[in-house]
Amino acid sequence: MTDAEDLRRRTVELLTAHPPAETGRLEFLRARFDAGLAWVHFPEGLGGLDAPRSLQAVVDAELEAAGAPGNDPGRIGIGLGMAAPTILRFGSDEQKQRLLRPLWTGEEVWCQLFSEPGAGSDLAALATRAVRDGEGDWIVDGQKVWTSSAHLARWAILIARTDPDLPKHRGISYFVCDMTDPGVEVRPLRQITGEAEFNEVFLTGVRIPDAQRLGEVGEGWKVAQTTLMNERVAIGGARIPREGGMIGVAAADWRARPGLRTHDLHQRLLTLWVEAEVARLTGERLRQQLTMGQPGPEGSGMKLAFARLAQEISGWEVEFLAEDGLTYDDWTMRRPDGVDFTGREAGYRYLRAKGNSIEGGTSEVLLNIVAERVLGLPPEPRTDKDVAWKDLPR
Amino acid sequence: MNDGTPLTGTPAADPDLLYSEDEEALRAAVRSLLADRGDPATVLAGLESEVAYDTGLWRALATEIGAAGLLVPEKLGGAGASAREAAVVLEEVGRSVAPVPYLTSAVIAVTALLGCDHAREDVAAPLAALAGGRTVGVLAVPLPTAPGGPAEPAVRAAADGALTGRVTSVADAAGAELLLVSAQGPDGPALYSVEASADGVRTDSVTPLDLTRPLGHLTFDGARGTLLASGDRARAAVERALLTGAGLLASEQLGVAEWCLTETVRYTAQRTQFGRPVGSFQALKHRMAALWLEVASARAAARNAADALATGSPDAPVAVAVAQAYCAPVAVRAAQECVQLHGGIGMTWEHPAHLFLKRAKSDELALGSPGRHREALAGLVGLDAP
Repeated sequence: MTDAEDLRRRTVELLTAHPPAETGRLEFLRARFDAGLAWVHFPEGLGGLDAPRSLQAVVDAELEAAGAPGNDPGRIGIGLGMAAPTILRFGSDEQKQRLLRPLWTGEEVWCQLFSEPGAGSDLAALATRAVRDGEGDWIVDGQKVWTSSAHLARWAILIARTDPDLPKHRGISYFVCDMTDPGVEVRPLRQITGEAEFNEVFLTGVRIPDAQRLGEVGEGWKVAQTTLMNERVAIGGARIPREGGMIGVAAADWRARPGLRTHDLHQRLLTLWVEAEVARLTGERLRQQLTMGQPGPEGSGMKLAFARLAQEISGWEVEFLAEDGLTYDDWTMRRPDGVDFTGREAGYRYLRAKGNSIEGGTSEVLLNIVAERVLGLPPEPRTDKDVAWKDLPR
Repeated sequence: MNDGTPLTGTPAADPDLLYSEDEEALRAAVRSLLADRGDPATVLAGLESEVAYDTGLWRALATEIGAAGLLVPEKLGGAGASAREAAVVLEEVGRSVAPVPYLTSAVIAVTALLGCDHAREDVAAPLAALAGGRTVGVLAVPLPTAPGGPAEPAVRAAADGALTGRVTSVADAAGAELLLVSAQGPDGPALYSVEASADGVRTDSVTPLDLTRPLGHLTFDGARGTLLASGDRARAAVERALLTGAGLLASEQLGVAEWCLTETVRYTAQRTQFGRPVGSFQALKHRMAALWLEVASARAAARNAADALATGSPDAPVAVAVAQAYCAPVAVRAAQECVQLHGGIGMTWEHPAHLFLKRAKSDELALGSPGRHREALAGLVGLDAP
């Protein structure tokens, strides 16, 4: 078993062999991956050492102190948080060897081809078709939406319908799609904020070899659950200090602009401050549970809390800023690599935060999940349960 | 607590927000006792009697389990535990709305005495009696008093220790043998102890909103008190008692909210209307799921306050204010949802839901309303009012 001391020793060895000051960024990241210090809980040879996940912090602290370059989780967040755990669990040895290293170093960006214009919260209703041709490859046709990083991505994780005669959850398969293949077209999707952080992706006769399938044919929904579970853990999983994030911006505004203060805004700010502090503590408690190996169900709810708070705090801030709240910094269409939830100004934060209760599972769907899986409440009757996908009303 | 400079709140380095094995063992013991002898149905049956609290249940909790002495060091006759363990007892007390003077005697009165010079026999002896559960003591302040205390003590002390004045709405006053009285003495603030049975002390019971936590008005008419502490020491002892009481009350509120949520989920999963369990309707599920998130968050806030008090963290005033501002409304909301989602049965006297609503609403006022705690927080974290 690899312990903290062992990891610290290995980290020092890495730093000695590749001094960050004299090593190129990519070269260092590759060396770190090869030393098993990328994600220590992954298997040996795949960037890890089969160590407990909680020990990653030991490595990260040593490397940060030494000024080692990071792997920019902003633009590669989908690869790290969603594709990697799914490939690790369901991929073949060849897939793992080929895909995980450039994923982790950021040489290859990943995106996720899940949501469709007609299948958002009801994700399993998806209509993108994958049909097997004579040579055993799959030919994919359909349209995806809300695809972050698609314009940067080398690879995508894709779910598509492989059997329309089965009920909707059972006729889906899971693939790795090469975004450079003919038939893949990426178009920017401009949002409420003016920028195009997401894309629409049109798939027209895209040929995917059967070797790029993850999991069995028709088992794609099960594979996708691994991806989605990891997505929700990733959201709201970061450790933040008191007054970190959006409440810190609001509190700083309050201190800096005494002339704008009113009693009503003071009362509401204090309430939000308390709620933000309690959300921070709840996240901290969840992390302590995970470290002790007693994962609690709090994770299911953290995203709900953060979405509501981000919306309320940013709405408060626009109101507090009065005349400045009436202006917007820039409506120019930009294509950011990642989202900066506290960057830019209040109007942007207010508008962008509207997505927090929709992306990664709407708050309504998450409340259903908490009610049924955590509280054990009975499900609503389903009319789509044993009906072939092709027979569902659309 | 705040010397005027705005503190941008430095949280304790690593608050322990979990429960230890010992704490879980203590919880199991308290829960089993309360399930046997203080379940909501029994509590309901015992109300409206003339007895101030369930003396048998209190004795079992205080002496058999030893809960009364948790905050008292072993050399002074207690168990030498901390606010973390007392918080676990209060979670269970809240979960059963047990009519026992745990918060008032074992937490607030004990903390006030611990703030005095316990090398003195007239401090050590009552402390040991409270710790052993032999005596019930209360700090004579109105239940809504927030940390920071009343601006002016309602009682005046003469040079010879004669106390005069009236303190209203003191929790568990009727059942208390020992009264700790914060008074304005000839040389400033002072803390006295008085026997409740002494000449010149009168206790008038009032009908409380929360029948499980009796209230009384105390009138002192020349009652002879023993001076326990004076000046800054007296003030600090009372402040620490109120801060500890407010911080640990959050754990009681957590227990109240937990019972309400659990019972509501259990009931709505069974009760059918329109041909389905009502708990399967999304409109109801979402309310319960939202409440669950609030209860999970209240647990983190309450544990943080208990840990800050247990470790003597300088962050304790912030942790307590946050816990009270958050947990009090959660308990009230949980109790209100419990009544509403039970439908008609929730409005009846026979169903215990009303006991939890009354406790939750009364707890919301106790030891400072959420608004008072937010106001305190404004000063503590540098968010000044207009």
